[in-house]
Amino acid sequence: MIATFADYGAGNLRSLRAAFERAGADVAVTDRPEDIAAAGFVVIPGVGQAAAAMEALRERGLDDAIMGALRGGAHLFGVCVGMQLLFSRSEEGETAGLGLLPGSATRLEGARRLPHMGWNDVEPAAEHPLTAAFPATCYFAHSYAVQDAGERCVLASTSVERGGFASLVSDGRVAGAQFHPERSGAAGATFLRAVLQWAGHAA
Amino acid sequence: MLRKRIIPCLDVSGGRVVKGVNFVNLRDCGEPVEAALRYAEQGADEIVWLNITASGEDPSVLLHAVERAAEQIDVPLTVGGGVGRVGRVRELLLAGADKVSLNTAALARPGLIGEAADRFGSQCIVCAIDARRQPEGGWRAYVDGGRRITDWDAIAWAAHAVELGAGEILMTSMDSDGVQDGYDLELVRTLCDTVDVPVVASGGAGRPEHLADALEAGAEAALAASIFHDGTHTVEEAKAACRARGLPMR
Repeated sequence: MIATFADYGAGNLRSLRAAFERAGADVAVTDRPEDIAAAGFVVIPGVGQAAAAMEALRERGLDDAIMGALRGGAHLFGVCVGMQLLFSRSEEGETAGLGLLPGSATRLEGARRLPHMGWNDVEPAAEHPLTAAFPATCYFAHSYAVQDAGERCVLASTSVERGGFASLVSDGRVAGAQFHPERSGAAGATFLRAVLQWAGHAA
Repeated sequence: MLRKRIIPCLDVSGGRVVKGVNFVNLRDCGEPVEAALRYAEQGADEIVWLNITASGEDPSVLLHAVERAAEQIDVPLTVGGGVGRVGRVRELLLAGADKVSLNTAALARPGLIGEAADRFGSQCIVCAIDARRQPEGGWRAYVDGGRRITDWDAIAWAAHAVELGAGEILMTSMDSDGVQDGYDLELVRTLCDTVDVPVVASGGAGRPEHLADALEAGAEAALAASIFHDGTHTVEEAKAACRARGLPMR
């Protein structure tokens, strides 16, 4: 299984890449639209601010390439900001997202302290091949979150002091995690193996 | 529920982990990448790696060591020490740091915090502060590894750093550091009441109960070096002491 990382210049692909490799994937990192469009499994890493990340994808033509890959039967997985970009829009810098999932990323309401930083529970909300690793505690580092996700796409959620947010989402061949699987210890490793299995299934 | 964190701290000098008492009399405590891996395996919730006495050392050596640690561990890694410009923040993030901590350079030029936070997000910018109690009361922020006092009240500086975009405060009590007689809990409480970002308490852990004290005082995370490096206590023992107090731990 080759995981093709969309490199939009945000940096810190190293730990996510290493974690995917530990889980058994070969990783290709590219900013070439033609490579993304031809990929069978695309990963959108999550670092930085949503609007800047979306703009960086657009500048490189990677947004269209990702849509092209999906039309061609690819699986798509986003991490943190990469997950938020799967939705219709983000309040962080006011940007449209890829619009693949219903909902939007907004400043996280209900947490006593922001950023929401540290280990928190990922509680499964649906039966799905991606939820086998859960419930488990995973590592989060973010101030924005998707709190209005369409119920159908929420596979797992995470609670803060008052309320909660979608921490694992999927619809069809699209999925995303708000937590950082590469920094979530054994649970993150189990989850990434499940992601690879999921992505390995033919469309 | 968000868990409280236990964070082993690696003070790294000349490619080795070192530890002092009240910031002086450094002793050798092993190889940093090995230490980071060992602590991650012990259940550390995060690793903090602070490069000290950075002058004269080739910065690329540190970057390569951070790369090796970042690739091998599966918990978050915060790196700091001698970070003076946004370009260096970027280099460390590219090397695999999840967060970068700023200290002396931010006090010299507070705008650095905002520039770094705007570019990379508040969630990866930590403001580290070395604070010492003053005879007239309160704490002042010190720079250059605790060698030089500044005009800033440590708490006021923390609040300002948060306004500028810091996503976490790592507060070290210089009075308690390395003494292993407990954290400065008044400093922890005052800081936690003042800022609304996560607070990492640092300086003074000598027994597992000390870490629990700091977390009970309101810190989201307790950082310690000596007790872990010397093998006096493991990360798991520290967590067990915290659990015994009913604190939410991983």
